[in-house]
Amino acid sequence: MRLVPRGRVALALAALGLLAALVVPATSIGSGKAAYSPPTKIGKGEGALNVIEWPAYTDPSFAKAFEKSTGCKIHRKDAGSSNQMVALMRAGGGGGGGQYDLVSASGDASLRLVYAHDVVPLNIDLIPGWKAFFPYFKSPAHNTVKGVHYGVSLQWGPNTLIYNTKKVKPAPTSWSVVYGKKYAGKISIPNNPIQIADAALYLMKTKPSLGIKDPYELTKDQFNAAVSLLKKQKPLVKRYWNYAADQITDFKNGDVAVGSTWPYQTLTLQAGKTPVRDTVPREGTTGWADTWMLAAKAPHPNCAYKWMAYVTTPKIEAKQAIVFGETPVTPLACPFMNKLQAGSCAQYHLNAPAAYLKSIHFWKVPIADCGWGGRKDCVDFTAWQQAWTQITG
Amino acid sequence: MAVDAAPGAGSSRGARLRVSATFWRRPRLRLASLVGPPVGAYGLVYLGSLVVLLISGFWAVDAFTSQTVHVWNLDNYRTIFSTSDPTYWRIIGRTVLIAVAVTVADAVLAFPLAYYMARVATPRVRALLIVAVLLPLWSSYLVRIYSWRTILSTSGALNWAFNGLGLPDQHLSGTVWAMWLVFTYIWLPFMVLPVFAAIERVPDSYLEASGDLGARGGRTFRSVMLPLALPGVVAGSIFTFSLTLGDFITPALVGGGPGTSMIGSTVEANVGLNVPLAAALTAVPVLIMAAYLTIAKRLGAFEAL
Repeated sequence: MRLVPRGRVALALAALGLLAALVVPATSIGSGKAAYSPPTKIGKGEGALNVIEWPAYTDPSFAKAFEKSTGCKIHRKDAGSSNQMVALMRAGGGGGGGQYDLVSASGDASLRLVYAHDVVPLNIDLIPGWKAFFPYFKSPAHNTVKGVHYGVSLQWGPNTLIYNTKKVKPAPTSWSVVYGKKYAGKISIPNNPIQIADAALYLMKTKPSLGIKDPYELTKDQFNAAVSLLKKQKPLVKRYWNYAADQITDFKNGDVAVGSTWPYQTLTLQAGKTPVRDTVPREGTTGWADTWMLAAKAPHPNCAYKWMAYVTTPKIEAKQAIVFGETPVTPLACPFMNKLQAGSCAQYHLNAPAAYLKSIHFWKVPIADCGWGGRKDCVDFTAWQQAWTQITG
Repeated sequence: MAVDAAPGAGSSRGARLRVSATFWRRPRLRLASLVGPPVGAYGLVYLGSLVVLLISGFWAVDAFTSQTVHVWNLDNYRTIFSTSDPTYWRIIGRTVLIAVAVTVADAVLAFPLAYYMARVATPRVRALLIVAVLLPLWSSYLVRIYSWRTILSTSGALNWAFNGLGLPDQHLSGTVWAMWLVFTYIWLPFMVLPVFAAIERVPDSYLEASGDLGARGGRTFRSVMLPLALPGVVAGSIFTFSLTLGDFITPALVGGGPGTSMIGSTVEANVGLNVPLAAALTAVPVLIMAAYLTIAKRLGAFEAL
């Protein structure tokens, strides 16, 4: 016995579905873009701070004291990738959805958040530590647009060449070791479209005829050359790693012998007595630099400013650097690092000459505007992602 | 107060009776008001989000901000089903092949086990086996995948066993073979249980009748047991096939070598950067499953669930 014809139920459901389809996007379009002016002073804390972070970026070892002194209780949402960070910020209509206050975006995410108005400009004067930053990190291209600061630099690190000292001899000095056949099937590469920049940087030094000026600003021809280098590399790769822990496991198990890494993995492996070492090859390298950015719909802006001011003080910069295995953006952190761990200031290249910093090409989101020669036909990040799917898939 | 309250209570009782009488007189209204809210909620939340997802596949993405732009177009589907660039064809084909291989392997492994559990084992052993089949589901999926990574790694238990047998090292970690092995292990309980239920339901008298008519064991198995148990296998295959089709964690942790991308992992890579393309890609397993379920229904799988 059927009381309602089935066809009509299906019709009603379809109508409901369509209704939902129309309502949901409409609410997301309605996100406001009213003129925003940053605050002139930090008000009283709101009692809470919701962050999207790389794991351990608000590590309790230095965040507890902050929570105690400001009354801002930190709620953490750990992200596994830059894409995930952007997706989290975009959920609930963008701008952090009225839920999140801060995001610790890396250079391959930060400009996407800026151009989409997910984050707002800062009043940098409210962050005292900023004045002591290295000049480069005061207004880097990945978080400052036309002189407007969309965040405060935090920490940085190079993408280094890691190798097993027992299996890779002699010690490599060039990235050619991950593009050549000698260690086929033992190569470990990050699963990230920004990896195309690493290939471009290698070509910039080894094939000057391509005329690559910036590994993130590539014309179609330059881009294709980098992609074809990576396609040739593909059969040599053992694993495109997704998470730092995966690469650590692979080196520990002996599945891979050489690859591209962050200092964090090298230090973890060395602490676990795996015979690895890392180096910045002669072609230079890419690197990442992270930025705390304020969400457009942050519910706790005062706590957010308090956190940014706190975390950029030399002492806390040093603490975070040691916890995560990265480098502070302020030279004043050096003595604090050495106090926490003897020799760590030099180990993390915090006291390296300016030339070292110059040899690192920091991640930034590739856009069509080349930024050189007035050209507007550079390959954008969406195309990078699609090419990366082609390369690895 | 009491005097005032009495007529109030009376009228509310009267209203209740009137509502009740209306519902009694109109059974359709009664049904609609009972079933309406849950069905409506289901329709809105589940089907609504599915419709949004499918519609998103027809939108574009702003290359500058990687935000979704609400402009109707077919570009995402053109990219996926491109005639010049086989990338997505390759990924879809690989995913379907692995899903089929996992399903076949699970069916082959599950059938004898389920048969033993249903028809041979004593009740005590049967209960023990059911617990043993279900036991892995009590521990986290991630823990089991990570253990497989350790087993499959170059210096892992598998190569240790191979070396012990005088065989050379196998470099399975990161390959499609590793993913096939892990998927087969992870989804096995989802095949064993429906097959067990189907075999258990075959009446003994059918098998005796087959024997009485002169059929030997093999003949009885082929002509009686297998056709009657097949809906159970198909029901199990719905789980193993669809779960493999959409998974992205196993490819990320056990796969990851060159040429191991699956639909799920490609969707995951595009979320946050190109949501419309990810949505369009999600439509592919939906279509594959729709076709698969249609065939499964023909084979009577839904009666064995």
